[in-house]
Amino acid sequence: MASEEMEQLVRREYKQGFVTDIESDTVPPGLDESTIAFISQKKGEPGWMLEWRLEAYHQWLKMTPPSWAHLEYPSIDYQAISYFSAPKKPEDRPQSLDEVDPKLLETYEKLGIPLHERAALAGVAVDAVFDSVSVTTTFKDKLHEAGVIFCSISEAIREYPELVRQYLGTVVPQADNYFAALNSAVFTDGSFVYVPEGVKCPMELSTYFRINAANTGQFERTLIVCDKRAQVSYLEGCTAPQRDENQLHAAVVELVALEDAYIKYSTVQNWYPGDENGKGGIYNFVTKRGDCRGDRSRISWTQVETGSAITWKYPSCMLRGKESVGEFYSVAVTNGRQQADTGTKMIHIGENTRSTIVAKGIAAGRSDQAYRGLVKIGPRARGARNYTQCDSLLIGDQCGAHTFPYQEIGNSTAIVEHEATTSKIADDQLFYCRARGIGEEDAVSMIVNGFCKDVFQELPMEFAVEAEALLNVTLEGSVG
Amino acid sequence: MLEVKDLHVTIGNEVILKGLDLTVNAGEVHAIMGPNGAGKSTLSAVIAGKDGYEVTQGTILFEGQDVLEMAIEERARAGLLLGFQYPIEIPGVKNIYLLKAALNAQRAARGEGEIPAPEFMKLVREKSAEMKMDPSFLQRAVNEGFSGGEKKRNEILQMLVLQPKLAMLDEIDSGLDIDAMKVVADGVNSLRSADRAILLVTHYQRLLNHIVPDRVHVLVDGRIVKSGDKDLALELENRGYEWILEETVA
Repeated sequence: MASEEMEQLVRREYKQGFVTDIESDTVPPGLDESTIAFISQKKGEPGWMLEWRLEAYHQWLKMTPPSWAHLEYPSIDYQAISYFSAPKKPEDRPQSLDEVDPKLLETYEKLGIPLHERAALAGVAVDAVFDSVSVTTTFKDKLHEAGVIFCSISEAIREYPELVRQYLGTVVPQADNYFAALNSAVFTDGSFVYVPEGVKCPMELSTYFRINAANTGQFERTLIVCDKRAQVSYLEGCTAPQRDENQLHAAVVELVALEDAYIKYSTVQNWYPGDENGKGGIYNFVTKRGDCRGDRSRISWTQVETGSAITWKYPSCMLRGKESVGEFYSVAVTNGRQQADTGTKMIHIGENTRSTIVAKGIAAGRSDQAYRGLVKIGPRARGARNYTQCDSLLIGDQCGAHTFPYQEIGNSTAIVEHEATTSKIADDQLFYCRARGIGEEDAVSMIVNGFCKDVFQELPMEFAVEAEALLNVTLEGSVG
Repeated sequence: MLEVKDLHVTIGNEVILKGLDLTVNAGEVHAIMGPNGAGKSTLSAVIAGKDGYEVTQGTILFEGQDVLEMAIEERARAGLLLGFQYPIEIPGVKNIYLLKAALNAQRAARGEGEIPAPEFMKLVREKSAEMKMDPSFLQRAVNEGFSGGEKKRNEILQMLVLQPKLAMLDEIDSGLDIDAMKVVADGVNSLRSADRAILLVTHYQRLLNHIVPDRVHVLVDGRIVKSGDKDLALELENRGYEWILEETVA
């Protein structure tokens, strides 16, 4: 994608006349009502949106950050964060790949990222590096034909306010939790997807096509709605390390599936782990929730995540509709000194609902991981079924893996199964491979990939290949 | 091909091998027998490079190279392969994948490129048929859900594909019924060649009826105390180990 086109995409969000203002604005750190009003104005939002944000802000002021997670981190000074940052000017970006951190380029190489994409990912301001074929345009035409809406959340608030208003905050209310409240007040970016009745989205939607240059939104808000009998597969993230000066990422993702609809949400994310000492590593505190609102609706979360210094996320499903299905497939990898407290919540409300949880954790280095899962069967959830499998793999003897499963079963006809294993990369398995001539790192990688197979096969194919490469890169040097 | 001289090995605080000497030449089949705890498995484990064993004295030379200086995978790539007594399961890793990775590692060490897929499939199917294994097992995870017999046959299959220079088979007959043992024995016999040596560690003479050794060694209390030809094995079968112990002490 040519960088001019990327620039255009970015500028479109501000097409209502704010372009010059945006480019020269720097907002000082700190958060109060005026910051929020500023954000809303910059985004050209209608009045109700500002009100909604302010409601959230007032709730947030009354809340305290949660402290129950199995995580250790210094408290965050919320007044020291800048809540609005303009996209980087072309002059401020690297002017060629030569100016990009060589380690970053090395990673792109190892992950098999095509050459022509590397400059874009590194935020290089280069003109004629890429083909002039506009991939974005073809993509948007196809979607338009199908009637699928896919745009930034800011654009959606301006262009499709009724739709947004109908669904925003209905899955994750403003006061749901501390970080969701903060997000609701200050979100500046994210995706909006609406798939009309009976439509199967003709292609996988990827955030790559909605990229806003070198700034990943710190407070992203995504809303995906599938109307009756609609289907969509959404890919979030990419394996290239996401560099960002912003340390705190508190995103909110809401999914709504009406009758017979299916939403597949896949995430392969590799947060830039900071420098060798982990300085500058990202805190990833995300609220992701799917509402299986209609009968026979289905929502699947599939994720492979690594890199963030601290990860705190529980993609969840509310199984309201009769015979609705919720799925969660996850591989969480931690190395170095990373920490993760992640898992899922499956809330069975309607009758004959089903949920499947397959959570794989791989801990290496001196990292620490916790799986925290809730399976809740409500009193009216007759015939509910859950299957949970959580496995941890420890590499080396300095890391930790913990499991906190919660089961709240309020209906006697429910069947809930739980299996868990924890194992160390068995020395015997390693010896077996090496005694066949397979090098140590290759052997670890083989065993780890075998361990993750159940999750990888749920990923859209392109992601599955990237995910394997990502795993290998992350675990490099973790043995011996 | 293999020269073990005055080998002393300790596990933790326990001394297992106390000055073991052994020479194996190309083209030969040697059998190592002995009572439990004598150190038979220790010998093959140490040569293969397993962790946890400390060589306190002695040398091991493989084709003139100092084995103790080589990493586990280097020894394997040089052609020194161990057939495990208790093959481990590796969930999620398909047999075919392991075989291919191992074969390509060997080829890379020899400066050859990776084996083309059709050639590999042909090779593997051929050898699977020899070992009377249904090709479907190739799609299963390594040793997962395999019976004892299947695991041992898998070990030999890997040998047939990887073509080692020295194959060390640690109690390859344990847990096998007569039919399985015959299949395994046939596989091992097909490995015999002027360029290859085979070291069999076994408890039971019966295997040696099918794989006739050139030399038989008796390992007692960490040392080889007696060597002979195949008749020695028969004598052990008839008389047990007691008389050797007496002879040694005397």
